[in-house]
Amino acid sequence: MLDDFLLRAALAGLGLTLATGPLGAFVVWRRMAYFGDATAHAAILGVALAFGFGVSVYLGTIAVALGMAITVAGLHGRGHAMDATLGVLAHAALAFGLVAASFLTEVRVDLSAWLFGDILAVSRGDLLVVWAGAALVLALLLWRWQALLTATVNEELAVAAGLDPRRETLVLTLALALVVAVAIKIVGALLIAAMLIIPAAAARRLTHGPETMAAAASLIGAVAVLAGLYASLRFDTPAGPSIVAASACIFAALLLAPRGRS
Amino acid sequence: MPGLRQGRTMTLISATGLSVRHGGQLALSGVEFAISAGEIVTIVGPNGSGKSTLIRALIGLEHAASGQVMRRAGLQIGYVPQRLHIDATLPLNVRRFLSLPRRVSDTAAAAALARTGVEGLERRQMAALSGGQFQRVLLARALLARPAILILDEPTQGLDQPGIAAFYRLLAEIRAETGCAVLLVSHDLHVVMSASDRVICLNGHICCEGAPRVVSAAPEYRALFGLGTGGTMALYQHVHDHDHESGPEHGPEHGHHRSHDHDHPHGHEAHHAG
Repeated sequence: MLDDFLLRAALAGLGLTLATGPLGAFVVWRRMAYFGDATAHAAILGVALAFGFGVSVYLGTIAVALGMAITVAGLHGRGHAMDATLGVLAHAALAFGLVAASFLTEVRVDLSAWLFGDILAVSRGDLLVVWAGAALVLALLLWRWQALLTATVNEELAVAAGLDPRRETLVLTLALALVVAVAIKIVGALLIAAMLIIPAAAARRLTHGPETMAAAASLIGAVAVLAGLYASLRFDTPAGPSIVAASACIFAALLLAPRGRS
Repeated sequence: MPGLRQGRTMTLISATGLSVRHGGQLALSGVEFAISAGEIVTIVGPNGSGKSTLIRALIGLEHAASGQVMRRAGLQIGYVPQRLHIDATLPLNVRRFLSLPRRVSDTAAAAALARTGVEGLERRQMAALSGGQFQRVLLARALLARPAILILDEPTQGLDQPGIAAFYRLLAEIRAETGCAVLLVSHDLHVVMSASDRVICLNGHICCEGAPRVVSAAPEYRALFGLGTGGTMALYQHVHDHDHESGPEHGPEHGHHRSHDHDHPHGHEAHHAG
């Protein structure tokens, strides 16, 4: 029953949730949901450029995602009206990415794999990249955890304590670009932000501390990966969307369940 | 020259010719400021007078358009902001908050909470605290850094008079115990913390500076300040040598700010007319 490709898919998904749990918690706390969308959508442009120039897809996505994330973070610092600006950037990146991809016959055939992910086609090499990337993101977040949390609670408190909130924003920006690059094969560019936000939002219902919320987000993400893969196999549905749908079901169940002790 | 050297190191934060712009508007101009170790300084001024801007510039949150701010090397600042909104999506109890950004022991956290009069609140969520409790938890967190200076932006906002008196008493005690300087912002132009060594009146620039008048036991003062303030409050007499009538930055609030119905013995307007 446990085929080799299914085992690889499960391992890739579980590896990803190591990073998406804690990073998703920060995305939720700092209200960066649209920020995540813009970065993830830019990855499609990265895929097209990578094929166009014949370089690694991981390299292309991480470069373009990082460029987009830094642009967005820079605009945020200058106090632009973020909602509209992020909307423009997120959708423009997606549109340009799709247009660019249309010039490349090789990608066009496979476009849905990049938009919705193709977790069942994950190779051993991909698995290595996913785990290495997720471990790197997790290490980065753990290393800066206290400073990140202080800057998230209040930037002024962080500055008064001698920290630089811009540096912490850059850490999150870098982590986001890394996660986008490793997640695009698993859930696809359109649903990466969902993998960050939904498990973290669900975890908020269960927890009373930032660390437990981040850990619970990883756990919920892991359950969603396994449930989504099972559903995908059982009902022959696309794997990436099934994983996101599973996490949305967990979120809904927790929302409707009566709250425990407070 | 050890005396000179000492004098220099005793200054914790100073500003010379400090101007700050907000967009095109000049929020502060030509501010000269210094605070020494152990000093209590109250900054008063009407809304929009640049009080918070000055504090933010002193901490390093605002850039100077001209002039400069000097902080003693390695200065530990205990900052209590005016407002602190904690997003509802972030679960954070008091104990965890006290460990930001530096982790502290349970004993130290409990002692800091006890010192600021909110013992035993460790397990409460920050979002579930009352305004007064929140303010004291912020102060407890600031104290845990063993600051050389406490900087508080309108800490008594939203407190009633006994609450303000108790908070001022607490600050005076903390200064006496730890020797840390206290820089305090208040929008109340006339009634200030009596332990203030200096009061600075700000309205885009420094209007005047002086010591507060400690409130006497006379019955009219008692009536003005209510009972139970225990001499923690004092009057500040403004002596302005300039006129704001033609100045564009001068708002209508520069006069009496509080809605006390009283005959102020040292009215603000009276000095303006002169």
